Amino acid sequence: MAADKKIGAYICKGCGLGERLDCNQLEKIAKTEGKVALAKQHDFLCSQAGVEMIKADISEGVTHVMIGACSRRAKTEAFNFTGVAIARANLREGVIWVRPDTDDARETTQEMANDYIRMSCAEIKFMTQPETSGEQGLIKHILVVGGGITGMTSALEAAKAGYNVSIVEKQAQLGGAAGQLFKRIPVRAPYQHPADTGIAELATAIAASDKIKVYLNATVTRTSGAPGRFSADISQESGSTVTEQFGAIIQASGFKPYDMNQLTEFNPDNADVVDQLGLEALAKAANGAAIKRPSDGKAVQNVLFIQCAGQRSQKPGHLSYCSGHCCSTSIKQAMYFKQYNPDIQTTVLFTDLRTPGAGGENFYRSGQDQCVTFLKGIAESVTPGKTGPKVKFDNLLLNETVEQEFDLVVLATGMVPNSGPNPYLEQELALAKEKKETEKVVVLEQELVFEKSKASILNLDYRQGTDMPQLVHGFTDSHFICFPYETRRTGIYTAGPVRRPMDIGQAMDDATGAALKAIQAIENSALGRAAHPRSGDLSYPKFRKEGCTQCKRCTVECPFGAINEDEQRYPQFNEARCRRCGTCMGACPVRVISFDNYSVDSVGQAIKAVDIPDEFSEKPRILVLACENDAYPALDMAAMNRSEYSAFVRVIPVRCLGSVNTIWLTDALNSGYDGAVLLGCQKGDNYQCHFVKGSEMAHYRMSKIGDTLTQLNLETERVETHEVAITDIQRIPEIINNMAKTIEKIGMSPFKF
Amino acid sequence: MTEVVATNQTIVVVGGGISGMTAALEAAECGKQVILIEKNPSLGGRVSQLYKYFPKLCFPTCGLEINLRRIKANPNISLLTLAEVTAVSGQAGDYSLTVKIAPRYINSNCTACGACADAVESTFPNEFNYNLNQRKGAYLPFNMAYPQRFVIDPRMIGTADADKAKAACKFEAIDLDMQPEELKLKAGAIIWATGWQPYDANKIQPYGYDRFANVITSVELERMMDPQGPTGGKLVRPSDGKEAKDIAFIQCAGSRDRNYLKHCSRICCMASLKQSTYPREKFGAEGKSTIYYIDIRAIDRFEDFYQKVQADTTVNFIKSKVASITLDKATQNPILNGNDLEKSGTGKDMRYSNAHDLVVLAVGMQPSVDFKAMNLGLSVNDEGFIELDPANGGQFAAGCASDALDVNRAVQNATASALRAIQVINQVANAEG
Repeated sequence: MAADKKIGAYICKGCGLGERLDCNQLEKIAKTEGKVALAKQHDFLCSQAGVEMIKADISEGVTHVMIGACSRRAKTEAFNFTGVAIARANLREGVIWVRPDTDDARETTQEMANDYIRMSCAEIKFMTQPETSGEQGLIKHILVVGGGITGMTSALEAAKAGYNVSIVEKQAQLGGAAGQLFKRIPVRAPYQHPADTGIAELATAIAASDKIKVYLNATVTRTSGAPGRFSADISQESGSTVTEQFGAIIQASGFKPYDMNQLTEFNPDNADVVDQLGLEALAKAANGAAIKRPSDGKAVQNVLFIQCAGQRSQKPGHLSYCSGHCCSTSIKQAMYFKQYNPDIQTTVLFTDLRTPGAGGENFYRSGQDQCVTFLKGIAESVTPGKTGPKVKFDNLLLNETVEQEFDLVVLATGMVPNSGPNPYLEQELALAKEKKETEKVVVLEQELVFEKSKASILNLDYRQGTDMPQLVHGFTDSHFICFPYETRRTGIYTAGPVRRPMDIGQAMDDATGAALKAIQAIENSALGRAAHPRSGDLSYPKFRKEGCTQCKRCTVECPFGAINEDEQRYPQFNEARCRRCGTCMGACPVRVISFDNYSVDSVGQAIKAVDIPDEFSEKPRILVLACENDAYPALDMAAMNRSEYSAFVRVIPVRCLGSVNTIWLTDALNSGYDGAVLLGCQKGDNYQCHFVKGSEMAHYRMSKIGDTLTQLNLETERVETHEVAITDIQRIPEIINNMAKTIEKIGMSPFKF
Repeated sequence: MTEVVATNQTIVVVGGGISGMTAALEAAECGKQVILIEKNPSLGGRVSQLYKYFPKLCFPTCGLEINLRRIKANPNISLLTLAEVTAVSGQAGDYSLTVKIAPRYINSNCTACGACADAVESTFPNEFNYNLNQRKGAYLPFNMAYPQRFVIDPRMIGTADADKAKAACKFEAIDLDMQPEELKLKAGAIIWATGWQPYDANKIQPYGYDRFANVITSVELERMMDPQGPTGGKLVRPSDGKEAKDIAFIQCAGSRDRNYLKHCSRICCMASLKQSTYPREKFGAEGKSTIYYIDIRAIDRFEDFYQKVQADTTVNFIKSKVASITLDKATQNPILNGNDLEKSGTGKDMRYSNAHDLVVLAVGMQPSVDFKAMNLGLSVNDEGFIELDPANGGQFAAGCASDALDVNRAVQNATASALRAIQVINQVANAEG
């Protein structure tokens, strides 16, 4: 503890704390055991007077404020002091609200409060106000990879906000898939007719902008750095490579149409069977005149659109998902015919017509008004007929199988995301093999062949792979419903159909949102502020190089690929890529990683500060390490409902269960704790962990804690790890109480001193 | 008196649901000054009233906690609750807003200790639970309510109970003389994130929501499933408290219908698919769900979830627009009448009259605010949503003010709106050097 630290301890007597607890004793403990410079009580600490009292002390030199009052989640506006470290002992939600107000309970309740004061005093000694590292950069320049409508929109929207953009496009011109369209689905009321694609307009605006640079026939061949200081090599077909510096990156690499040649049942070799982009080419060629079929140039009189061709299907090689836009696209394409000649027969063969929202339904209705025929049915096959492709289909409403010839058949095939190789597939495969999940292994092995065949989009020089992690089906989407842009690569955002199947309207919105996130990454990384979910956090992992054994656990376990290795194979933390979850700190076997305000010591010393009654006291001590995002709020809410739980627990909030270093458990058990409960978020495929892998890593590490317990000759039941949710307001107190019962059953730990 | 600093470089976000919180946070985390205005006493909006999200079946309060923490930590956001915008004038980069603030009767001294609620007797319908139960006249709207500050129901003012509440407060937090206020604010850009309201099920007369206790709405079912909700998380029917093991879901209840809402509300198919997991969650294989639908609109990767539900033997799908609901008086079971379209052409009778324990109407989504009536100079479509139109100047919609959207898309849209507002602010800043 540095000499210039001056700790002030403040104990609130409001909300019943003064009546239920002996606050003089708390003050004394803070002084004598907590060794704080000054300790004060206040009847109503969060009042203006209380806050002023603390502020006056801060101006008199207090650098560290320990508040013994309500939960750290409450009264945050009042207890908001800049420039000092703050620790909060949760005496209200953590003690008096979860304990009965009875004479019998008074002693153990007081002990609980005493310990929380000890713990917070111990914690704060090891906290310092975080400061930025100084490795920040401010480059107001965004790299947009992909020059389709998503990339073009991102570039223009960012430029409109005053930021420079470079677009890197593989093709010889901007426009991407949207550039191949004749018209697009309308995005404005009254949503009745196909609209201009808008590509020409966007291209003109980009050409006119002095903030946007365009590289055509170009790819990104290397990306390094971090938000605020990315460096990218842009290589052009001509062979020249330029290196530019960027603050953030948007990947708008779009989609490829599913290869219709794989749908052999639909006679893909037939010239008059086309996919949706094929029809666009025909419509573009016709330019408002009669659309002619490819085989013989006959003006089409009768066209069938087969929806969900090779998608929403579990057949091998098909896409299991829905591409979202195809129903509206087929309606639009039917209108191409109807608007030239209303007598042309246009039939859409569908199972579910999916045109959601106000615009979607209006467009569908407009299709009906224009006499497009919608038929609920499933196409079985297409074969060459006498006058054109012959389609055999089941009419699901009349329950009959029909064979009919059309001049032209359009297959509504799906979107395949144009993502780079999945960086985690090999890891997943290895894990599936380890767990002997044979079915999954087969699937993953096939996927791996496919992924390895893909070209990298970003060529990141990251330790954890060249490209963006994927969610499912190759899409680089976020797993979070509330946070759709949160990727696992800080400062790199994906937008458009590479993220999720979507139509142009949604892609343009998505592009604009991604531009916001890119700008935000630039502005925050320049200030050393963390990105979501610990937005604004200035702390970052620091490490003691002398102690590092180069075991690489931190570089492997970081859920965000933030940590690289330097030339000497030491971890390189890349502060701006870090999300501050502390998973590296939890992983480090030699405990050389810490944050200024959160470290192995700050938690470890709090654990050790607890007073451990002797073996015969019948007062066990149970350590609860609770994820501050879900488990801890749930405990607060249990307290608001006045649920009771054991007075023998001592709860410590952690940034993420992934930050839990096993030394905390070992030390706790060695120093006489009788049990420990770890509360984290749901892990696995449907994870709810805000740091993606933190909870999973913690569970994995804790699966080995049994060995430690056995070595200590302790029962393995003494440590439990649970997946909980913020809604487990009733369940978490039960988990805690069950542990208390378990301890009662197996007895106290012999490690009391 | 409420004090906020606002200039023509301030972004005003109207609505504190997930879209408004997102728009406010995303802009504030870019360094912009934001005033967030919420009509209710606390933030959270409709999603805080949901039990689970589709397709992950995770809990909305999980994301709410993160967003609240972001708000608590961000000095760029000023929050006004119980506040409504009543008038707007000016143009992009220079708006003037009139904001009415209703009295909470509780000031910032409140510690949320709950003594006032303990002291009062009077109760009122609990709007957070769609009036399915009662709450006290001094109350915290829900466990995660932020600001974490109690509210005195205005209907209690002038009663002895109000005085009891005041007497119980040790912190001089209760001010029964608090008056409505009117604020004038400047703003460079305005984001309308006013969200949606469930379509009034009473208007769908053939379904008898107003007549049959065991016909409820999808949003009410969400509250019933919440362990903190009106039934303590029990899935029981309102008429007799019997376990609702056999539930019918009626899709497009008020949507895709010229008589009610013309548009498709987008979320209802996925919401019912999600809710079809609830009987199973509560009753295992004994729980049964039947979904009456026109099209199942589970677009993009939501299709995975649809396929998972289809594989669940407790869930049945009937392609039919239900014509009417009648009541079996003896059992109180609602009976659904209609034609099963998939039986056409089979020679079998298409008509059905199916009894269920409980019927859930997948009610449509309509904008909370009548933007046309507010005369804001906005381009508003026939469905009442704000269009993305350059003519709107520095005013933008976010989330369900722009269209019927699911949470993920609402957040996506709100993030985009934050940038649109920032563009206006940055132009103002540049012009002012």
